[in-house]
Amino acid sequence: MRSAVIVFPASNCDRDAATALENISGTKPHMVWHGDAELPDVDLIVLPGGFSYGDYLRCGAMASQSPIMKEVVARATAGTPTLGICNGFQILTECGLLPGALMRNAGLNFVCRKVALKVENTDTVFTRNYSSDQEIDIPVAHHDGNYFADDETLARVEGEGQVAFRYTNDNPNGSARDIAGITNAARNVLGLMPHPERVADTKLGGMDGAPMFQALTEALS
Amino acid sequence: MNQNSPEVVAEHGLSVEEYDTIVRSMNREPNLTELGIFSVMWSEHCSYKSSRLHLKRLPTEGPQVICGPGENAGIVDIGDGQAAIFKMESHNHPSFIEPYQGAATGVGGIMRDVFTMGARPVAMMNALRFGEADHPKTRHLVAGVVAGIGGYGNCMGVPTVGGETNFHSSYNGNILVNAMCVGLADTDKIFYCAAKGVGNPVVYVGSKTGRDGIHGATMASAEFDDDSDEKRPTVQVGDPFTEKLLVEACLELMQEDAIIGIQDMGAAGLTSSAVEMASKGGSGIELDLDKVPQRETNMTPYEMMLSESQERMLMVLQPGKEDMARAIFEKWDLDFSVIGITTDTNHLTLSHQGKQVADIPLGPLADFAPMYDRPWEETKRPTAVTPDSVPVPDDLGEALLKIIGCSDIASRRWIWEQYDNTVMADTLQIPGGDSAVVRVHGTNKALAITTDVTPRYCQADPFEGGKQAVAETWRNLTAVGAKPLAYTDCLNFGSPERAEIMGQFKGCIDGMVEASNAFDYPVVSGNVSFYNETNGVGIQPTPAIGGVGLIDDLDHMATVPFKADGEIILFVGETNGHLGQSIYLREIGAREEGSPPPVDLGVERRNGDFVRRLILSDKVTAVHDLSDGGLAIGLAEMAMASGIGATIDIASDLPAHAYLFGEDQARYVLTCPAAGVDAILSAASDAGVPTAKLGITGGEDLTLGDMARVAVDDLSDTHEDFLPELMEI
Repeated sequence: MRSAVIVFPASNCDRDAATALENISGTKPHMVWHGDAELPDVDLIVLPGGFSYGDYLRCGAMASQSPIMKEVVARATAGTPTLGICNGFQILTECGLLPGALMRNAGLNFVCRKVALKVENTDTVFTRNYSSDQEIDIPVAHHDGNYFADDETLARVEGEGQVAFRYTNDNPNGSARDIAGITNAARNVLGLMPHPERVADTKLGGMDGAPMFQALTEALS
Repeated sequence: MNQNSPEVVAEHGLSVEEYDTIVRSMNREPNLTELGIFSVMWSEHCSYKSSRLHLKRLPTEGPQVICGPGENAGIVDIGDGQAAIFKMESHNHPSFIEPYQGAATGVGGIMRDVFTMGARPVAMMNALRFGEADHPKTRHLVAGVVAGIGGYGNCMGVPTVGGETNFHSSYNGNILVNAMCVGLADTDKIFYCAAKGVGNPVVYVGSKTGRDGIHGATMASAEFDDDSDEKRPTVQVGDPFTEKLLVEACLELMQEDAIIGIQDMGAAGLTSSAVEMASKGGSGIELDLDKVPQRETNMTPYEMMLSESQERMLMVLQPGKEDMARAIFEKWDLDFSVIGITTDTNHLTLSHQGKQVADIPLGPLADFAPMYDRPWEETKRPTAVTPDSVPVPDDLGEALLKIIGCSDIASRRWIWEQYDNTVMADTLQIPGGDSAVVRVHGTNKALAITTDVTPRYCQADPFEGGKQAVAETWRNLTAVGAKPLAYTDCLNFGSPERAEIMGQFKGCIDGMVEASNAFDYPVVSGNVSFYNETNGVGIQPTPAIGGVGLIDDLDHMATVPFKADGEIILFVGETNGHLGQSIYLREIGAREEGSPPPVDLGVERRNGDFVRRLILSDKVTAVHDLSDGGLAIGLAEMAMASGIGATIDIASDLPAHAYLFGEDQARYVLTCPAAGVDAILSAASDAGVPTAKLGITGGEDLTLGDMARVAVDDLSDTHEDFLPELMEI
C-alpha cells in the first residue's frame, strides 16, 4: 500500500500515523509538505492529528486552504481512500469533503482519555476488519470534537450509513447523536476524532486501532 | 555625578554596593541600556547570587553524565548512542499573576531549553502547588494553570505524562508552577551554547521581538505584595504554534553541519542569550539592533535587550551556511535575521541607528557578579509525635475514605485528562502510576520520569525533607523497574534575605547532597526560585526533584494495579508507625506537627535494589511504593487502579492507625502468584531485606484485618470526587 501523510504547520500526529502505517503495511508512507502542489501516486491519503496553524481562526480552517488540499480534494472525490484523524477530521469538514462541523467540546476543556466506540458500519475500506457493532477502545485527545450538523444532514448521514463510529457510554465532547466518525456518501473518505494510530502497537496497551490499518493494507496492496 | 539616580538603580533591583561594582568594572557609569543588562544578569533569577555557594556542594558527576548543570539542560547517556536531555524550571510569579499565560510560557520555555541542545522533547511533567482548596483564588488559578499547560503542551504534540499537585495554605499568595521537559538526542548531535570563533554570523530566529516580559527576571527576583497585579504587563504571552514551527526548523537545521552554538532566549531574552554565548565561547559579540525582527515600532535598545518575547533563539552559524539555514526557517514561516558577528574583544557591543549604544566587558560582568553568603539560621528540630498522642478514630474505614478523598491524595484525573498524554504513541504508563514511562522511539527501551517533594517534611526538618525528596524520586523510578540515572531540581523557597529561609535552603541542600551521594544519583540541571512569599509570609520550602531513570527492556516493567484475584500481597520494608507530619495527622488529627519520617539511605538503597531485581526477573506482578498516607493508601491505590479488592492480615503490635497510616520510608507493596512467594521470601532473606506476606488480592472490598472493610467502588468514588467538585460547581 502506497500512502501519503500530509504535514501541515503544527501537525503533530504525522509521525504517529506514519509509524502505524509502516508497522502494519510494511511500507513507509510519503510525508508530503502542505505547501507542495503535487501529491505522489498513492493508494491512501492521511490527514493527521495536530494543531495545524495553531487552531487559529477555526480548527482546520486555514489548513483546508493549503496548496496541497486542491489535489487532496480532487483525489478523494475521484475515489482515493482518505483518512482524517482528529485535526484531519476537522480539515475534511472545513474543505467540504465531509458534512457538518466540529465545535468546541461541550465541557469546554481539552479531553484526553480512552473512550469506548461502537463500529456502526463495517462496509467501508476502513472498517471491514471490525465486526458489526463491535465495541473498541480508542483514545481521544482534542478540544474541538463536538460534531454538529443540522437535523436534515444528520438524518441523511444516518440514513445513508455514513456514521462509522459512535461513542457508547461516554461521549467526551457532546457530539450530535454520539457521532465519533463519519464517512462521505461514497464511503472512501473517513473522518474521526479518536486516534486509532495510538492503539496499533501491542506495547501500548491496546490494539483496537490496528484493524483499520490492516483492512486498508489488505484492500489497497 | 551619577548618571543613574539612586531611584533608577533601586528600580532595577540593584543594591548600592552592586551598582558601585558595576561602575568599577566598567571604569565609568553605565548608560541606561547597560544598567538594564547588568540588572537582569545580576538578578537573583539569572545570577544565582544567593544560592550558588550552596548549589556547588551538589554532586553533579557520574559515568552516565554527559553534561551537568551550567548549560540549557542536563544530559545523561542512555546507551546505544542516545542521550536523555532534561530540566525542570519554575514559572511561579507569572503564573500567579496571569495563570494561563504564565503556565503556558513556562512550558514553552522549558521545551526550548531542551530542544536548543538538539533533543526532540518526548515528555512533559509538572509539579504544581496551589493554596487551600477553599481559598477564593484557588479555583481560578487551578483552571488557568491547567489550561495553560495543556494549551501549550498539547499543541506542541509532546505528551504531558505526569507530575504532582498539592494544596496548602502556605501557597495562598504564591503558587508554584514547575515544568519539566525530557528530550531525546543522538550523542553525536548535541548542541551547546558557546559562541566560538571570530567573524561568525550571529543569527536571530523565531518570533519577532515586542515589549512583553520586560523585566520578567527582575520580577521573579522580588516578593509579592498587595499590588502584584500591577505586574501583569511583565508576563509574557506564549504562541505554541510558533514554538512548534521553531522546534521543527531547529531540529531540521541540526541535521546539517552548520551550527556552532545555539541558545534560546528565555529569562532576560536577548541579553542573557548573547552574554552567555559569548562568555562560554570566550569571544565577544557585536549586535546591530536595527536588524532584530520587531513587531512594535520605535523600540529602544533597552526594550529590545530586556524583552522576554517568547519563541526566539540565537545561533552562531558557520560562515557561508546562512542561506541554507535561512531556507529552512523560511519554509517554516519563521523570521531569520543575521543580527551580528562574533568578535575577539570579549565585549558585548550594541549598535542602534548607526550609534554604539552599549559596550559591556563580559569578563567583569561574569567575574564581578555578586555571590552572597547570606546569613542562615538552622531550622529548629521539631519534637517527635508519638502514636499514643494521636487519637484513634472510631471507624478506620471512615478515616480511610476521608484521606483517600482529601486534597493531597485525591485523584488528579481532572487535571491530566486535559493534557494529551498519549501523543507520540510511545506512552507506556500514563499519569497515576509511580513514574510515568515513555518508550525511546523505535527501541525496546524506555525512560521513567517522576517529580516529587513533600514540602511539609521540608518545613519541619529541611535536612530530612531534602533527603526524602531525592529518595522518593529514586524509589518511584525503582518501583517501575527503572535504574535511576540522574535528576533535575527546581528549588522553590521564600526570600533569601531572611536567615530563616536561607536556613531552610541550606538544610534541604544538605539533605539532597547526602541522598545523591548514597544513590550515585547526581543532579544535572536545575533552577532556583526565591522570593516565593507574599507580604512577608513564605511558602513551605519546596525543592521539587525531577528524576529520570532507564528501563533497558520494556518487557520488564512494573505497574501499580493488582493484576488478578488470588495473588499474594507482599510487603517490603519496616513499619514503625511514624505519624509526625503525616497526612493522617493533618486530615484526621487536624495537626501539622512533629518530625518527618527519617530516611535511612542505606536501607532505602538496599530495599530498592531488591525490588528492582524482582521486577527485572519477572517475579512480581504489581509494585507500588508507599508514601503519603502510608500502607492503607498504597493498598487502596492498587485496588482502585485495578478494581480488584484485597484482604490484609494485620499482625503488628503497633496501634492500628499508626500501622495503617504511618509514613515510614523505604517501603513497597508487591504482588505475585501464590507459587512465587517462597522464592521471593528466600531471596529477601538472602539480601537481608525485611519482607513479609501481607494478604491476598480478590473480591470487591479492601479488608484491613478486622479493623476496616471498604468497597473498592466507594474508595474510587470518593477519590475521584475532589477535583471535579472543586472545579465544576
